[in-house]
Amino acid sequence: MTAILEIDNLHVAIGAATVLRGVSLRVEAGEVRGLVGESGAGKSMVGRTIFGLLPAKARITAGRVSFEGRDLLAMPDKARRDLLGRRIALIPQDPMTSLNPVRRIGTQMAAVLQLHLKLSKSAAHDRAAELLAEVAIRDPVRVLNLYPHELSGGMRQRVLIAMAFACDPSLVIADEPTTALDVTVQRQVLQLVERMRQRHGAAILFVTHDLGVVAKICRSMTVLHAGRVLEDGLTADVLVKPHHAYTRALLAATPRADRPADALKPVPPALIESLWAEARRLDQLAAGRPA
Amino acid sequence: MRWSAILKRLALIPPTLLGVGAIVFVLLRVVPGDPIAMMIPPGASPADITRLRALYGLDQPLLSQFITWLGQVAVGDFGRSISLRQQVFELVGARLPATLELAALSVSMALLMGVAVALVGSLLRGTRAEWLLDTANGVFLAIPDFLWALILLLGFGVLLPLLPISGRLDPQLAVAFRTHFYLIESLLTLRLDVAADLLRHMLLPSLALALPFAALVARLLKAQLAEAEDQDYAQIARTRGFSRTTILQREVFPNALIPTVALSGVQVTLLLGGTVLVERIFSYEGIGNMAIDAVINRDFPLIQGLILTFAVLFIALNLAVDLLVALLDPRLRHG
Ligand SMILES: Nc1ncnc2c1ncn2[C@@H]1O[C@H](COP(=O)(O)OP(=O)(O)OP(=O)(O)O)[C@@H](O)[C@H]1O
Ligand SMILES: [Mg+2]
Repeated sequence: MTAILEIDNLHVAIGAATVLRGVSLRVEAGEVRGLVGESGAGKSMVGRTIFGLLPAKARITAGRVSFEGRDLLAMPDKARRDLLGRRIALIPQDPMTSLNPVRRIGTQMAAVLQLHLKLSKSAAHDRAAELLAEVAIRDPVRVLNLYPHELSGGMRQRVLIAMAFACDPSLVIADEPTTALDVTVQRQVLQLVERMRQRHGAAILFVTHDLGVVAKICRSMTVLHAGRVLEDGLTADVLVKPHHAYTRALLAATPRADRPADALKPVPPALIESLWAEARRLDQLAAGRPA
Repeated sequence: MRWSAILKRLALIPPTLLGVGAIVFVLLRVVPGDPIAMMIPPGASPADITRLRALYGLDQPLLSQFITWLGQVAVGDFGRSISLRQQVFELVGARLPATLELAALSVSMALLMGVAVALVGSLLRGTRAEWLLDTANGVFLAIPDFLWALILLLGFGVLLPLLPISGRLDPQLAVAFRTHFYLIESLLTLRLDVAADLLRHMLLPSLALALPFAALVARLLKAQLAEAEDQDYAQIARTRGFSRTTILQREVFPNALIPTVALSGVQVTLLLGGTVLVERIFSYEGIGNMAIDAVINRDFPLIQGLILTFAVLFIALNLAVDLLVALLDPRLRHG
């Protein structure tokens, strides 16, 4: 299999704090990879690096990110902008804040198609209506004329999913696309992402802290903690035979259908503390011997 | 804004004007000084004074004076100016267009300058030049319009006499106007020499009014641009490959504009209030200048008419700002 995305030894610091400490991961063409870890692990920073959306004080201190064989971090801004939205797309976390409140759904969707596929305004609107139908929005032509506040959260997330797949990207990064939605809608949205992936043939980097979701939809997975990769492999293997104590603890803390809820054990604080101590030791080592 | 909301606002106008009218009416008559004292020739006998007071109804009890005035105003009769001996309605009608033209020019210039400064400031974010721009903007904001009027008068009227410093139009150019909107009329009838002279006369006073307002618009808009730029939808537009200028234009600016219009729109009333002193300084023949004479002469009917005119302008302006905000923000349109 060929790698669509290859991240190699990525280090990112924000001010004096290190947030990514040598992250490496691969996403193969058409696969779904889960990126799991607790809040603050650095999952979003991985996506932000790819999209060039790191905070102002952040620096990439080491590492490579290559997309379809091209170095994303070294390429000129214009070349990267040509890839973003067309070959690499984002499904954002919060559908309530991710659409421009003063522009119509149709205008926002059409803009992407006009920019990357060079469609005319009317062709872009027609295509946008087709995409809305694909994500099971009834009466798409009417919805194109609505403003975001006239749609429910679940509907807005469908719109955002349709926009992500609009230009047939080869990689979609979904950053916790269901955490802001209520439980009944979450399931539908997951199914929808999976259906759109199959239809458009994209690979997905699925960022989540929910191992249950990973088990359901991801072929492979990467476990991140304190900006470090602790475990990486096929989901089936990792879930059955986790190598790292942290992954085992995460698994024990995840609710499962075949297990009573009261058997859940939180990740032991001592384990987390030792992991952070190790991360700090790595930082000191790096500071003492600058690369 | 829905129609019911607009109707509600319109329904509030009569009671508001009634309140303003009552306050002004009472204040004028409680504060010492009255129009008769200003107009009597030296040596008039007390009997003359009493007769004059009766002529203008000033000998009546306050309440009955007020009711008489209200009854007249209700049928469009604002009375006669005591000092100018003409109908208040005609006097104000002849002067108001001059003030409206001056204010409109000031607001337009202020918007152009303010938006330009805010956009440049946003593009310079984080640089030394941004700091310089902010500091300069703060200075412009701190100097009030009448002070600008004096500075500009000295600078471009006296030290470097490039522009006229008094009046509305060179008397040699005075043509027979059909309306009192000289600038609009001369533009429509293509009397461009007249329009140019009118603009030359308006430039300094409108600049004095525009500068602090422009600084206010610049500061508000720049802060709102920074805020909108941090919003998720603006960040996400970057993940779709849009250029920074496209994002500024489509995502950031339209959203930053809404609070800016809402906040600065109300401040246009301050600009209108500023015309009083600025018109005086440049001897510009608008209602602001007229108001000062009216107060000096204790010309009760004229003062009352002018204050009501300002009140109507303020109310109309607030309503217009609210409608504009609703036009810009679909969330308000749908209620
Ligand atoms: N703008 C910022 N400035 C400084 N530090 C930041 C900033 N954004 C994030 N961080 C830090 O970077 C680290 C990684 O954050 P990141 O957002 O990638 O976590 P995450 O794994 O996505 O967590 P979550 O599940 O809460 O989204 C955290 O320790 C966070 O405190
Ligand atoms: Mg995150």
